[in-house]
Amino acid sequence: MTALGKIFRTTAFKLSAAYLLVFAIFAFFQIGYIAYNTRVLLARQHIETIETEVSALAAQYRIGGIGRLIRMIDRRSGRPGAGVYLVTDGSGRVLAGNIAGLPPGLLDSPGLHEARYERSETAEEIASRLRRDRGGRGRGDRGRDGRHRDEFDDRAVMQVFMLPGDFRLLVGRDIGEREKFREIFGRVARWSIVVMILLAVFGSYFVSKRVLRRIDSVADTSRRIVAGDLTGRIPLAGTGDEFDRLGESLNTMLDRIETLMRGLTEVSDNIAHDLKTPLTRLRNRVEMALAEKPSVENYRGALEATIAESDDLIRTFNALLMIARVEAGTDEGVLEDLDAGAVLRDVAELYEPVAEEAGIAFSLDTAPNLTVRANRELLGQAFANLIDNALKYAVPEAAVPAAVRIAAVADNDRVLITIADNGPGIPEADRARVLERFVRLEASRSRPGSGLGLSLVAAVARYHGGTISLRDAAPGLKVVLDLPRAPGGTGT
Amino acid sequence: MRILIIEDDREAAAYLTKALTEAGHVADHAADGESGYAMARDNDYDVLVVDRMLPKRDGLSVIEELRSDGCDSPALILSALGRVDDRVTGLRAGGDDYLTKPYAFSELLARVEVLARRRQPGEAETVYRVADLELDRLSHTVTRDGAPIVLQPREFRLLEFLMKHAGKVVTRTMLLEKVWDYHFDPQTNVIDVHVSRLRAKIDKGFERPLLHTVRGAGYVIRDGAR
Repeated sequence: MTALGKIFRTTAFKLSAAYLLVFAIFAFFQIGYIAYNTRVLLARQHIETIETEVSALAAQYRIGGIGRLIRMIDRRSGRPGAGVYLVTDGSGRVLAGNIAGLPPGLLDSPGLHEARYERSETAEEIASRLRRDRGGRGRGDRGRDGRHRDEFDDRAVMQVFMLPGDFRLLVGRDIGEREKFREIFGRVARWSIVVMILLAVFGSYFVSKRVLRRIDSVADTSRRIVAGDLTGRIPLAGTGDEFDRLGESLNTMLDRIETLMRGLTEVSDNIAHDLKTPLTRLRNRVEMALAEKPSVENYRGALEATIAESDDLIRTFNALLMIARVEAGTDEGVLEDLDAGAVLRDVAELYEPVAEEAGIAFSLDTAPNLTVRANRELLGQAFANLIDNALKYAVPEAAVPAAVRIAAVADNDRVLITIADNGPGIPEADRARVLERFVRLEASRSRPGSGLGLSLVAAVARYHGGTISLRDAAPGLKVVLDLPRAPGGTGT
Repeated sequence: MRILIIEDDREAAAYLTKALTEAGHVADHAADGESGYAMARDNDYDVLVVDRMLPKRDGLSVIEELRSDGCDSPALILSALGRVDDRVTGLRAGGDDYLTKPYAFSELLARVEVLARRRQPGEAETVYRVADLELDRLSHTVTRDGAPIVLQPREFRLLEFLMKHAGKVVTRTMLLEKVWDYHFDPQTNVIDVHVSRLRAKIDKGFERPLLHTVRGAGYVIRDGAR
């Protein structure tokens, strides 16, 4: 399909064409309406003029009879721009007037007519023609110039009267003016339609071309993305129009897809590393056990270590799966209105003896009515991960005993859960990174853990429409989980 | 006791049958949903171990139909799906317990034995007794050798669960599920710390310990050393 064909097939073009059609019909009716009304108005004016003239002539006739009437007509018909007049006797002989030809029989039917006629020349016209022709005819020639055509040039509205003595009087008005108007309106209509079509064709061509350019840029971007380049984004014109808005939401979607894709790549890399390493260890251990001197203790030891290792693997695998499902939002787990404080107390109570045994000061402070709409299991797991982490890193420093402080408060429509330890903390530069999967800072490599705990918390926070932020507890790390408070929750 | 395993993976089924037999039970095997349903309906098994995804008929519908037929053999659902709400749908379908694959056999065995216990009379006992240890569920009091022992509410529930299944091994996961009502992975050995606290309260100063650790499995409360 050619570029032009592409433009013609655009919605913008079709819409423009439809608008044009509607507007053309509207314009056509408007012009027609004006033309019709002008015509009616002019016709009425002509008839009124005729009536005025007739009443004047009737007055003259009453005063001076037919002779005075003829004189009046003679005078009037000679004026420039005069009306149409004719007085004849019963035999049809012209007594006065400026008509040279009429359709036959018209004078025999009194009343109002609209008919073609031939106008006789005025004195000045005759004079000028005589000057040109060097010869000619006088006024007596009028009406007898021998032209007997059916088609006369002019049109007029005329009123025919029968006067006593078989005289006939015709008073009329030329309607050439009206015809001219009609012609003008016709011309206006034709031209405006031509101009409108031209404007519409060019207008919709340019509109479509512009729209098509924007659409093409979207299509180009998507083709690039399909080809594997996920960094492509739809260019925005910055005008805030509907295309910009569409582009913006598509770009947001692309950002999300890119994040997910990057996550997926990262996960597969991480799986390669963090699952293959223990699997290799597992395999080596079994191989070594087989190579060693056969003894029940050796075998038992190797098998027990194998089970412990595979349990760790399963645990890591489950955590990964859980993160993936929570992040994808495919886990349509049961969401219910529950008190985040109560869940936090439950979990804290579970860990409290662990803290006590490790000699870590453990404080818990929860405000009432912290209703959130959440999945209890996921929330519990997130709290457990955070508390577990805090307990792992809290260390006694100098004279200060190790401490973990847990608090939950409401902040307007948010619920803030804070879990702080007084351990080494996390340098600001690394804070965003530790939320990623399998990321373990060098300092913590020696401690048990999969590197998935915080990523799972972050995923759970996102799942519930919240955020996780890592802050400096000076000393130590403070994790703040910010969850939306459930609207209307009474916090039972 | 008689156990029916409805599991399509032959190797897993053979292993389960062998292990359960070694543990002193009689185990039958059905390889698909249809035959499993027929066997469970026609025999009175003490426990059914049902894989969730089965050929011909899925495990949940088998249990649902058995329940509507009036069969009340306790059912343990095995599932490779580990989604948060799967447990809920499984239990709603009439299952009595839920275990996610891969599982440790000790976990499965403990759960099967606890499930079977449910059908024995004495469920509604108000006082549990193990040797000279007594737990009164109505007055919420615990005594050992007549002397009162003060327990925190959670410790009481922990002891209550252990004594309800006295003589049977209960795993850490079971304790977290039944006593704390959470199914997440606690990462560290939090349950161990709770159990050792409880042990300090009920066994300390007594010659015969009652609360025992079963290596690689869990805990058991019983009269007499292992």
